[in-house]
Amino acid sequence: MKSVTSDDIRNFLKEVKDPEIPPISIVDLGIVTGIQVDDENNVDVTLTPTFAGCPALKIMEDMVKERLEKESNLGEITVKTTFETTWTTDLITEEGRKALLTHGLAPPKQNPGYLELDVLSDTPCPYCDSRNTELKSPFGPTLCRSLHYCNNCKQAFEGFKPVG
Amino acid sequence: MDFFNEAHVEAAKDLLYKMADDQLIIGHRNSEWTGLGPILEEDIAFSSMAQDKLGQSEHLYNLLHELGEADADTVAFTRNANQFHSCHFVEYPIGEYDFSLMRHFLFDMAEAIRFEMLVNSSYENLAMIARKFKGEIKYHTMHANTWVKQLAQGNEESKARMQSALNECWPLALGIFEPGKHEDVLKEAGIFEGEEALQAQWLQEVTKLLTDCGLVIPENVTPSYGGRKCEHTDHLQPLLDEMTEVYAIDPSADW
Repeated sequence: MKSVTSDDIRNFLKEVKDPEIPPISIVDLGIVTGIQVDDENNVDVTLTPTFAGCPALKIMEDMVKERLEKESNLGEITVKTTFETTWTTDLITEEGRKALLTHGLAPPKQNPGYLELDVLSDTPCPYCDSRNTELKSPFGPTLCRSLHYCNNCKQAFEGFKPVG
Repeated sequence: MDFFNEAHVEAAKDLLYKMADDQLIIGHRNSEWTGLGPILEEDIAFSSMAQDKLGQSEHLYNLLHELGEADADTVAFTRNANQFHSCHFVEYPIGEYDFSLMRHFLFDMAEAIRFEMLVNSSYENLAMIARKFKGEIKYHTMHANTWVKQLAQGNEESKARMQSALNECWPLALGIFEPGKHEDVLKEAGIFEGEEALQAQWLQEVTKLLTDCGLVIPENVTPSYGGRKCEHTDHLQPLLDEMTEVYAIDPSADW
């Protein structure tokens, strides 16, 4: 008999963190695009990649499986990654944006739609909130980050770059 | 998979092979700038783009696997040059930074348009990944456009270097659009609008940007064809030998 809901599963998955940005859960990152639970409590989780070349894809699949296997009342657990839902940075939740800030990462601007250097040029500084910042490079230490400099607090910082 | 017949599957495979092989080889070439970039940011940029390209090639090889080909690692690491469908452009050594930058500009613009076209493909699994790749490659074209514009309008040396890189790249870039055997099938099945349509759109885009910043498009150029028929220059096999060195010693090696 079904005793677990997809909301329960979502709550379990809130404990699974992005391996490269530990304060943010994969749920708040927006990559959990489907959760299905059938009458036998078999669980089917669908993830979508942030970037096609993200080396954490396989690791995150394994982390999801590992977390759900701790729940003794669940049946078979299947985790797959597909491109059916295209991940964009707009899928990051409000809570997720706050988590990025605590990690010293500027959250992405909403819904870029188009991409010009301007989109990244006045990213608010995660330390002092000033917009007097400049883009140093649209490519950073991981595929999802860009490099910036704050002219106000004279501090280099990284941003989570908008992807749409 | 909703293919109507065997001819559609063959045509789709041919398209996937050339796209995946282009991505894998240019990805490897980009990665050769790791540690050698003229400035730190460029080192990171080419390394990041290399990672994107390799990731994208893997997903394209996965689609081939769905169509009955061997798995991604086997296909990527066990073939010889005469089994690769990549264009000559991607196999050329990185040369000096001006060559790599111009190649990056011309090649990535073609890719961006190709993915944009494939978003509407009747081959749903390909359309799905094209939607994803299109968002990622925007960062590549933005990077290329910014640098080409700056250097083509910089000092005498940078202008001369960009023009000579353009002259060297142009026949190779035209080779991207070498027509395949299955162009008609791809069009008729709604899988892909074809190389000719892609080239026309690409030509318009790159001509505008290059002439706006004072560069001259070479004329009467013979395209460097052959890559799509698995005929390559002497540059490809040494690249493959290096890329597959670890796999050849121990196929089960892991990080």
